Amino acid sequence: MALAAVPSKAAPAVPAAPRAGPPGSPAPAPRRRWLQPLALAACAAPLLKLAADGATGGLGANPIEAGLSRLGFWTLTLLCLTLAATPLHQLAGLAWPLRLRRLLGLATFAYATLHFLWYLGVDQGLELGLVATDVVKRPFITVGFAALLLLAPLALTSTDGWVRRLGFRAWKRLHRLTYAAALLGVVHFAWRVKADRLVPSVFAAVLAALLLARLATWARRQRP
Amino acid sequence: MAGSFRPDVKESEATPEGLWLRRREFLTLGAAGALGLAVGARARAAAGPTGQPLPVARRVDSAGGEAPTPWEDVTSYNNFYELGTDKADPARLAGSLRPRPWTVTVDGEVKRPLTLDVDALWRLFPLEERLYRHRCVEAWSMVVPWVGFPLGDLLRRVEPTSRARFAVFTTLLDPAQLPGQRRAVLDWPYQEGLRLDEALHPLTLLAVGLYGRVLPGQNGAPLRLVVPWKYGFKGAKSIVRITLTERQPTTTWVRMAPREYGFYANVNPEVDHPRWSQARERRIGEFLRRKTLPFNGYAAEVAGLYAGLDLRRSF
Repeated sequence: MALAAVPSKAAPAVPAAPRAGPPGSPAPAPRRRWLQPLALAACAAPLLKLAADGATGGLGANPIEAGLSRLGFWTLTLLCLTLAATPLHQLAGLAWPLRLRRLLGLATFAYATLHFLWYLGVDQGLELGLVATDVVKRPFITVGFAALLLLAPLALTSTDGWVRRLGFRAWKRLHRLTYAAALLGVVHFAWRVKADRLVPSVFAAVLAALLLARLATWARRQRP
Repeated sequence: MAGSFRPDVKESEATPEGLWLRRREFLTLGAAGALGLAVGARARAAAGPTGQPLPVARRVDSAGGEAPTPWEDVTSYNNFYELGTDKADPARLAGSLRPRPWTVTVDGEVKRPLTLDVDALWRLFPLEERLYRHRCVEAWSMVVPWVGFPLGDLLRRVEPTSRARFAVFTTLLDPAQLPGQRRAVLDWPYQEGLRLDEALHPLTLLAVGLYGRVLPGQNGAPLRLVVPWKYGFKGAKSIVRITLTERQPTTTWVRMAPREYGFYANVNPEVDHPRWSQARERRIGEFLRRKTLPFNGYAAEVAGLYAGLDLRRSF
């Protein structure tokens, strides 16, 4: 995967992933080629389950609401998993999460898009005027929609070509929008529930931990 | 983070192109899922009503000839936070609720207060089946054949005093039977209230059954309130006490979020919930939303109760 954050000064307390030795040395252990296909399959699983439940009546009396909630839940879950890759690398010294970060990010965007399309087409029956009113008038929908808009340029510029075109620094700055999208996504969920804030609170706690982990890494780097 | 970037990524580490192109499949799956819904709505097992049959003296259709929502849906999709906040929780956890034996107390501003076993209570009145539209504040709705008796019949029996202005309904407080009460999601016990004239209105029902059978736990066994022109949350479930008072009670949802839930809670397509429109609703079992009717379609019977009241302010 692209773009492991390589610290400039203090070397990280993590061993680098095994690399190919000098020419002539024995070939390195092959990379786990199954890692990404497996991750993609895992990302697709909730969608397959949604389709299966939809076909068998497993979505209950209000399948439209159930589908909307599930797609939203998986969007936030995948976003948290995406944001877990970097701290896992920096704090636990694991290399493989970085190879999944782009895939997880794109899966997040795919679920966010499906969540929105479900709301627009299935839940609201393509009543564009009503949806536009909702986006403007209902704060929880405003922040949810804003989160989707923030994710769009990140999905668009997720390729290596875009990293080259923008230059790494600018690209990295742009992709920090992920943090804003995650915050807005959790707020969107918290503002939607009527009384029981348990699940949104769990997402908020996970997100806080993921951001604090980054802060810890950053603080460590400030010490010369 | 100021880091120098070493492009140490080999081509082999990037996502293989074949995998990449499968994104489209990923997206078409979503469409397949949506299609599956239409099929799935049909495939749901149509389980028939279960439970003890009740003696029904007369049947009244107050839903304009609409088909009742299937028993399976009415008993599996519930808001009853005392049994969990997910729609499927109440049906799953209803086993912990023991609706018999059950004692109901009617007291407060009444000349003849009474405390009675619930089965003795409903036997005082001829039971009726009433087909009512049921509109939830969350913008979904059903058509439900309740079995019960008019609340007014009971209230007249206990003889309200001249000071009685409101009726307050209290749900059982017992975390052993109602595990949802182990978490302070709401301020337990659940309390609802009506103005006395609303409580005496012939449409206002105390329900003990559904589809001719005794009420299941998830629907508020053994005794619940049904006020068909108001949002569903007004219909307190698993009632242990009805108290007539002089002062307007602060009901549970009003205490929880006074900007979002009003004491009146009359179904009104003109007055939105702050977080969603109330102009349309999804009838369970239907795909497209339908227009919400003023007073849930009971305006002819109840609009007179609110003459001179600003329904925007008294929502």
